[in-house]
Amino acid sequence: MIDRILTLSVNGREHRVLTPDHRTLLELLREDLRLTGTKHGCELGECGACTVLLDGTPVLSCLTLARSAEGHAVTTVEGLAAGGVPAPLQDAFTRLGAAQCGYCTPGMLMAASALLNSVLDPSTAEIQEALSGNLCRCTGYGKIVAAVRLAARSGR
Amino acid sequence: MIAPRFSFVGSGRPRVDAGDQVSGRTVFADDMSLPGMLIGRQLRSPHGHARITRIDVRRALALEGVEAVITGADLPITYGILPVSQDEHALALERVRYVGEPVAAVAAVDAETAARGLELIEVEYEPIEETASIDEAATDRVLIHGEGLGRNVHRAASLEFGDVATGFEEADHIREDVYDFRGSTHAALEQHAAVASFGTDGRLTIWSSTQVPHYLHRALEKVLELPAAQIRVVATPVGGGFGGKTDPFSHEIVAARLSMKTGRPVKITLSREEVFYTHRGRHPVLMWVRTGFRRDGTITAMHFRTHLDGGAFGSYGLATLYYTGALQTTTYRIPHYKFEGVRVFTNKPPCGPKRGHGTPQPRFALECHLDAAAADLGLDPVTIRVRNLVEPYSTTVNYLRITSCGLRECIEKVVAASGFGDKHGKLPPGRGVGLAVSAYMTGAGLPIYFNDMPQSEVSIKVDRGGGVTVFSMAADVGQGSTSVLATIVGEVLGLDPATLAMVTADTDLTPVDLGSYSSRVTFMAGNAALEAAERIRDTVVAAVADELGTTRDVLVVGDGRVGVEGAPEKSIPWPDAVRAAISRTGPLAASGSYTAPTLAGPYKGSGVGISPAYSFSAAVVEVECDAETGHVRVERVWLAHDIGRALNSLLVEGQIEGGVYMGLGEALMEEQAYRGTLHRGPSLLDYKMPTFLDVPPVESILVETVDPEGPFGAKEVGQGPLLPVIPAVANAIHDALGVRIDEVPITPDKVVRAMRDLARGGSGRVGPASVPEFDFGRANRVAVPEGLRP
Repeated sequence: MIDRILTLSVNGREHRVLTPDHRTLLELLREDLRLTGTKHGCELGECGACTVLLDGTPVLSCLTLARSAEGHAVTTVEGLAAGGVPAPLQDAFTRLGAAQCGYCTPGMLMAASALLNSVLDPSTAEIQEALSGNLCRCTGYGKIVAAVRLAARSGR
Repeated sequence: MIAPRFSFVGSGRPRVDAGDQVSGRTVFADDMSLPGMLIGRQLRSPHGHARITRIDVRRALALEGVEAVITGADLPITYGILPVSQDEHALALERVRYVGEPVAAVAAVDAETAARGLELIEVEYEPIEETASIDEAATDRVLIHGEGLGRNVHRAASLEFGDVATGFEEADHIREDVYDFRGSTHAALEQHAAVASFGTDGRLTIWSSTQVPHYLHRALEKVLELPAAQIRVVATPVGGGFGGKTDPFSHEIVAARLSMKTGRPVKITLSREEVFYTHRGRHPVLMWVRTGFRRDGTITAMHFRTHLDGGAFGSYGLATLYYTGALQTTTYRIPHYKFEGVRVFTNKPPCGPKRGHGTPQPRFALECHLDAAAADLGLDPVTIRVRNLVEPYSTTVNYLRITSCGLRECIEKVVAASGFGDKHGKLPPGRGVGLAVSAYMTGAGLPIYFNDMPQSEVSIKVDRGGGVTVFSMAADVGQGSTSVLATIVGEVLGLDPATLAMVTADTDLTPVDLGSYSSRVTFMAGNAALEAAERIRDTVVAAVADELGTTRDVLVVGDGRVGVEGAPEKSIPWPDAVRAAISRTGPLAASGSYTAPTLAGPYKGSGVGISPAYSFSAAVVEVECDAETGHVRVERVWLAHDIGRALNSLLVEGQIEGGVYMGLGEALMEEQAYRGTLHRGPSLLDYKMPTFLDVPPVESILVETVDPEGPFGAKEVGQGPLLPVIPAVANAIHDALGVRIDEVPITPDKVVRAMRDLARGGSGRVGPASVPEFDFGRANRVAVPEGLRP
């Protein structure tokens, strides 16, 4: 096991972390930085719960080596609210009941946030397609789609 | 009657914990980290059935970073959720009974060291004959529990209400069908996790993603031989339960033992693969049903047989067995009813309760069977159901007390909303609609272990600043129970539910609630919260009456004030009212409780199925099927649900949509499948479940019947709406293609086989030919309830 110092930008802050070379981004976020908002449901890239943004693009942090995130901007659910004010997406999830148990929610929010960054007012089909790699067992997905649409219309 | 005005009840309000959920601040069990915490991992059996001939942990113990290793010998006491099924060991002793059964465990400084430690544990097994199926269990084989040869029968039941022979004689038409419901699993997104910490004071604290902190508390007391008073169980927010976190589990007990051994906190989080082995999911059930009908569709008698594949242990299985026969009578009047069921052991992960617990399987069979009978009799699916509908405020032949019942209205509403009458049998080939109905319990009538204490207790304490804290052991598993309790208390005290402090699911701090299972929390904890809140209100109102020099009967509580309605000068703010009460009567605290009325009928097995109230649902599903590929696309679902009263319409809709989703998954793709005793694909990639791309629009219709015993009239919604979805899909596929798939899940290969059979002039049916021979013995004959006697 080789430890290495990684320099990572997470939610706009630089972190220097001494961590094993084979650490995944998921492990680094949750265990080294204690940013436990990012979840895991399989650690095999099947469920989408660990989705974070790398330079605005959604990635599965369980399949991403932490060292490959060096030099890129990582955004997690903890970085969504600017100055403590919930983002429109977070607000829409709250108001429309898009979270039940809340476990898939951080991953959903990150995938949806990436979509809204690239498509101003996505259609239902576009939302379903963009989020189809994120599993939810509680909601049946309908209220999540509605929340993303609401957030899109209320200016992200 | 004037409709009551509510401040908070009914409206679709966000969950009280939504802010934390959307910001990543909810702390699930695996998110916890304590100083000095070790990571625990379990070694699991690679065999379906084997004797453990040698186990040597010395090399693992010698590895640097491994702090403790334990085996079955460290935890020799058995446990199980039901008092009559104490058949599990936290770590296998002498024998393993399924692939994935925990055998030993390691606590180490980190996950990688723990994994290396597991590799160094030497276990020698001597494989023995396995039993893999219901058919095999029906023959003499090596016993899974006990020694020698025999049939691996866990338990059998045989009950006859009235006299089915007479009922069948009165029939103009008798129909028999055989159905198979393959098992499925919960696959909650959160993997089970627990953190245990044994303190220097000799107290054990465990934080676990459990639906049942009270039952876990009891299991830990037994297995660890610690006084209950020295154990604290805290249920962390549960990242999806669906019944999958309602047993006491090996990893919880093992984490506790490892912490006791090391004196350090220990966390165990299951991998996704381990979650599939932990299972406790939907039982595979083979079913045979025979029903007599009069020409007009009226049911004269029904005989229902079920064969359950229980997996390797008891779990809730005895209850599940009776549930496969209990609720058929809650939707239709069945004057003579016979139920025979048998649950067998097999060398597979144990089955248990999954949303609907033992009732989705027979509901699938019954609703498909009724559609087939309707076709025989030249009736439409609506008529045959309406003709047999159970009446509100009636008793079923198996002694279930029905109170409020909006089933007729549910049917009328889904039929109207979906245009069922204009579509059934009339859509172009490949398109079809299906109807099904169901009922479910609002809380099991009896606790899991016999006692005559309340099933739910809630306490409320009010601070001098007016702050209200509600204490309840109910575990929020995503259904929103904390928000529901806050709504009830807020309504009574005239305070915004979002401003209440909610302390939940902690055995040190909260009075007992039996747990988040059997759709019991809104009704039972809700009634307890209602009683506690009313006591607080009455104390405060009495004090304010004294303060204002008026009488209690003219005072109202609302909008954060207590006073005379419409006279602001004769009203005071809530905090002042609270201080007036504390000044006069001392600390302001109150408790309330709920105990279900005595409902059990005069027969053994009558404890299963009784409930203080039943919810009712009706579903119409519209499908488009590809006759060539067998692919079924669900276009739309209409679901009407008798909720009694919606305490929070947003949460109710969420439960309906989630139930529909899970029902669609089970109907079309989900299966906990095995090759022999080996799981076919213990991963979320191989276990197919619906994604965003597979779920149709769902139209939820709420029917409010205002149950006389529910809090503000409320009943359950967590489980009921799943039930009619599965048969409605099967019935819709029949309407679309003319084929009957009598086996769930209805995968494309089955549809293709049925279409080929149809093309060759066959019946177009795919499903089991028969159920295994089994001697159920003489039925326990039970006289029909007095009011139903001719």
